[in-house]
Amino acid sequence: MKKSYRIEVDCANCALKMEDAAKKTEGVKDAVVNFMAQKMNVEFEDGADVRSTMEKVLKNCRKVERDCEIEF
Amino acid sequence: MNKKQKKMLLRILLSAALMGILLLLPVEGWLRFALFMIPYLIIGYDILIDAGKGIMNAQPFDENFLMAVATVGAIALGEYTEGVAVMLFYQIGELFQSYAVGKSRRSIGALMDIRPDSANLLGEDGELHEVDPDEVEVGSVIVVRPGEKVPIDGVIVKGVSSLDTAALTGESIPREAKEGSEVISGCINLTGLIEIRTTKAFGESTVSKILDLVENATSRKSKSENFISKFARIYTPAVCFGALALFLLPPLVNLLFGREALFSVWLYRALTFLVISCPCALVISIPLSFFAGIGGASAQGVLIKGSNYMETLSQVRTVVMDKTGTLTQGNFEVSGVHHSALEDDKLIEYAAHAEAYSSHPISRSLIRAYGREPDISRVCDVREESGRGVIAKVDGREVAVGNAKLMRSLGCEPIDCSHVGTIVHMAIDGAYAGHILIEDLVKDGAREAVEELRRAGVRKIVMLTGDVRTVAEDVAERLGIDEVKSELLPADKVGAVETLLEQERAGEKLAFVGDGINDAPVLARADIGIAMGALGSDAAIEAADVVLMDDDPRKIAKSIRISRKCLRIVKENIWFAIGVKLLCLALGALGLAGMWTAIFADVGVMVLAVLNAIRALNVKRL
Repeated sequence: MKKSYRIEVDCANCALKMEDAAKKTEGVKDAVVNFMAQKMNVEFEDGADVRSTMEKVLKNCRKVERDCEIEF
Repeated sequence: MNKKQKKMLLRILLSAALMGILLLLPVEGWLRFALFMIPYLIIGYDILIDAGKGIMNAQPFDENFLMAVATVGAIALGEYTEGVAVMLFYQIGELFQSYAVGKSRRSIGALMDIRPDSANLLGEDGELHEVDPDEVEVGSVIVVRPGEKVPIDGVIVKGVSSLDTAALTGESIPREAKEGSEVISGCINLTGLIEIRTTKAFGESTVSKILDLVENATSRKSKSENFISKFARIYTPAVCFGALALFLLPPLVNLLFGREALFSVWLYRALTFLVISCPCALVISIPLSFFAGIGGASAQGVLIKGSNYMETLSQVRTVVMDKTGTLTQGNFEVSGVHHSALEDDKLIEYAAHAEAYSSHPISRSLIRAYGREPDISRVCDVREESGRGVIAKVDGREVAVGNAKLMRSLGCEPIDCSHVGTIVHMAIDGAYAGHILIEDLVKDGAREAVEELRRAGVRKIVMLTGDVRTVAEDVAERLGIDEVKSELLPADKVGAVETLLEQERAGEKLAFVGDGINDAPVLARADIGIAMGALGSDAAIEAADVVLMDDDPRKIAKSIRISRKCLRIVKENIWFAIGVKLLCLALGALGLAGMWTAIFADVGVMVLAVLNAIRALNVKRL
């Protein structure tokens, strides 16, 4: 399943780091961060709970970029 | 500027002013250190905090951390001015990046400002209600006043107007619309009040589709972007280890040979490395270039569905085109009346009446040429001669309309035509009365389109068609096309494209241009599929990689030029940013460039790269 989320991130390199962090999160099959559109497209693994996975994604992203925001 | 940016600007100004004053004050020792810490902390406190958090989260190559190490190191060496200045310029760079990117995002957004804010729903009570377009149900009636955007796709039920489609197609001539015309969301209603019965929900309407497409286009990353992502991942750690090596190795070598170690000199050079370690300029300018290019193209009615397609488009050297609908108008028109025994108009009038009952495209074109509905009461005794034509009595005269065989069966000799096309012979009362030439007319600008493609560096232009050879070759010759493959079935077109794909040279790409209606397999098979005249056709928007909103064939060359410009800017930015950084690293290692040069290189390169990227937006005159 794929979903798209609005995000807030200031710099392009941070967006890149968020992408890496999201990709490594459990339950996420693939993630693409579109810095220009301020969007994150997440592809979930089968059976993953969207809400709890996104909470983990946000937590991991905050580790690499303190003031990023994901709306979900 | 948003609140965050204003706060940062204030911090920058404050600490710059303080630093200026401190440079003039003749203080020494601890007092000097303490005083310099004021502007340093004002400008850098958040970076120091983030650096601390980075360490706790095991992110050693976080740029905040590197900046903190570099500046703290400089201060420890007694280079207070440089410590503060590096932090100051770093923050200026960050501020500029966030401001410039935000601004260019907005200006690209404004270019694509076709999203309607509201719809005027006509209620059952006859009153108008202003509602969110999302809430309008399919089949409701909405009112669009002059000057307003059409919010949702639909059909006009009342009113006459002209519609400006420039925001969608880049075409400046307004389109006329009256009762029964289909209208597409995103057009601007220019002259009259119109009522529209919606045929789609807002989310399914053209305007939403286009916006989605453009916004998501940069999610499909190009090879250049993937290269930069990989480069950025390696670059920062590599520079950091380089810095460490620079700090440790030369002093150790010095010690081994019994010379003075010069630790502080090499520490300073190592810290200079850290300042250049952020790959920001590259990482920001490449996606920004693509975003600007895609935004600029969409304002010209060329939708490019991804950065990767932008890249492929720029490498196109072979263009394969469908004939009908792409180079020709796709509808048959009477283009001449020859050897007529009567007045030309009279001949067409007879032909149109004889063919009044037929729905064949040729018959329709005769009726269109007549310009009025045929008066059926004037027609009787209609006989279809299968494979030959029609014989009917019109105004009591026997009119035969058909091919040469029909003429011969009536005992008269048809005169052949020197033109290529479909020829309709006519006999009236058993005597040959001339012939009517019907052609699928070549589009305006089709010839220029082919010439422009050649000028854009396309080496081979091929036309595919299901039409007969004579017609195909005639069109190809008139347009200056190199190669024609005619009498193809839809499945043969895929085969033809595959053969051409095999002949391609390395690094060169093939584009197929079609109308997207029945050539989806070919669009998918080519390196890049371009659909024309796709405004309002979901199938075409779905199947193609590049969508030309109107049906002007000149846009093919234009889209290639846009992609070339965009890719040129991307390459400039890559080489410029990497080049300057490597140069500064080399000079820094040799001690020829200090921290000042390093921070200028870092921030300056980014500013220039971002400004260069925004150039990709300007493609109107291309």
